[in-house]
Amino acid sequence: MRVPILKQGDYLIAPIQSALSDADFLRMQNELVDQVGKLRSRGVIVDVTALDVMDSFATRTLRSTALMTRLRGAETVIVGVQPEVAFSMVQLGLTLRMEDVETALDLDEGLAFLDRQTKG
Amino acid sequence: MVTQPEEWGARSVAALRRELVEHFTEKREELRQQWVEQMTAKGLLAGLTQTEIETESATIYDTCIGCLETGQYDRAQTYATTLAERGVLRGMTSEQIIGGMLTLRDVYGRSLFERYQKDMKRLSAALDIYEPVANKILSIIALAFIDEREKVVRQQQEAIREISTPVLQVRNRLLIMPIIGLIDAQRARQLTEQLLRSIRANRAKVVVIDITGVPTVDSKVANNLIQTVEASRLMGAVVIVTGLSAEVSQTLVTIGVDLSKLNTVGDLQGGIEAADRLLGYKVITTEQATEIR
Amino acid sequence: MADEMRVPISTDADIITARQKGRALAEWVGFSGSDLTIIASAISELARNIIEYAGHGEIIIRLAERGARRGIVIVARDDGPGIPDVALAMQDGYSTGKGLGLGLPGARRLMDEFEIVSEVGKGTTVTVGKWR
Ligand SMILES: Nc1ncnc2c1ncn2[C@@H]1O[C@H](COP(=O)(O)OP(=O)(O)OP(=O)(O)O)[C@@H](O)[C@H]1O
Ligand SMILES: [Mg+2]
Repeated sequence: MRVPILKQGDYLIAPIQSALSDADFLRMQNELVDQVGKLRSRGVIVDVTALDVMDSFATRTLRSTALMTRLRGAETVIVGVQPEVAFSMVQLGLTLRMEDVETALDLDEGLAFLDRQTKG
Repeated sequence: MVTQPEEWGARSVAALRRELVEHFTEKREELRQQWVEQMTAKGLLAGLTQTEIETESATIYDTCIGCLETGQYDRAQTYATTLAERGVLRGMTSEQIIGGMLTLRDVYGRSLFERYQKDMKRLSAALDIYEPVANKILSIIALAFIDEREKVVRQQQEAIREISTPVLQVRNRLLIMPIIGLIDAQRARQLTEQLLRSIRANRAKVVVIDITGVPTVDSKVANNLIQTVEASRLMGAVVIVTGLSAEVSQTLVTIGVDLSKLNTVGDLQGGIEAADRLLGYKVITTEQATEIR
Repeated sequence: MADEMRVPISTDADIITARQKGRALAEWVGFSGSDLTIIASAISELARNIIEYAGHGEIIIRLAERGARRGIVIVARDDGPGIPDVALAMQDGYSTGKGLGLGLPGARRLMDEFEIVSEVGKGTTVTVGKWR
């Protein structure tokens, strides 16, 4: 299932809509990094509300997406991590790997965060 | 039971079993009435309506005959479970249930005695068939009740825990969770799950966890707290921990707990102020407030 | 529902199938909330290791009963290269690939029971269980 990438002003939004295969994850990563460069976006929001599992692969991929877009001048925020998913990620030991990645409650909060970062 | 006499071989046991089933089916109304009367006399039916008594007693009666006939107990098992659910829910006691089943066992037994009293061999063979079935049913029902009781107790404990640690919304986007009492692994898990759900439900941005009321904070408790903080952060919320005394922090650091991940503030008041600053509220004294007005 | 489900694992899409089936069975057993996510995450880690290190294998998900307790048992098996040093592979952060090295130790933390049997050249079988 392909993740659409939406442009909203200076930002890119990737709303994940269902469980993603590893290949889909990597494609999303490539497209985001690519588009950030092309469009000179200042921020990226990856909405993971629809994910019912975030395993080590998903976490690793999201983190490297964030680091790669940052190198290209865009801050990435992960929004919508569900309570159960957060709980399970902590048990798995994945949180450490997310320490340098920004998170926000939902899309609105993610946008507000990016506005503060880029305009404030 | 001792060895079975020669004349009661497998075939005659099967025949006698059929005969018992027929007997109990024929006498269904009479025996069921006797059973209900005896239970009423013993006060075992307190709290049940007439319709309930009629339907439950008929179902139990027929289920028992079914077990006798087929030697299969899964229907009895299923029925016992629902009976237990309903019974426990309505506050029926184990005396009522087990007393009721013992009474039924007596009613069945007595009627066998009446029927076969002239033929002691046949009677003893009949009892050999009937008793194990009756005992098995009795134990199924008793176990179902014990299981159900335990389930209810567990649920109540969980509910009490949840009430005893409220997550309070003090203002928009700010939650406070005052923890009182010991924290073991299970409670830590329950607290974390409860907090994470509340963060989502209230769209919280800042959470103050106050542990003033936690008697001992050891490395386990601290690590659990760190996990709670990390999970909250994944959801986009910041956690401030208050009520961790300087001495305890010192000890924890000495034994190697990495407290750098905990955002700590001395007391609850200070924690709320810090939270307000994070949320962008300005904390002002009442005097200042009057001036502004 | 059957007491046991087998999911062949040979592409990354199979990982999703395996964890969805695991989740469904776990729900049927009576697990809820975080436990469902935890079980699905463990399946995800084990299935991905199969793809990554063995190429293909299978995930078996079964109902389990122990006295009055019900649970779920997941077996992840493959005929791949095996793990030379299991104790090392179980350490947080150890990876021979480009992973975080959290899959196996993480799955152990997530589940109530964990067992791994691996023989170089023969394959690897990881069995995990969770009880209600
Ligand atoms: N099924 C398997 N067959 C062969 N080797 C395996 C298998 N599963 C794990 N391993 C070995 O054990 C190591 C640790 O596995 P683990 O799942 O913990 O981490 P990872 O897969 O390297 O990274 P992560 O799972 O965090 O993405 C792997 O790097 C690999 O060498
Ligand atoms: Mg792995």
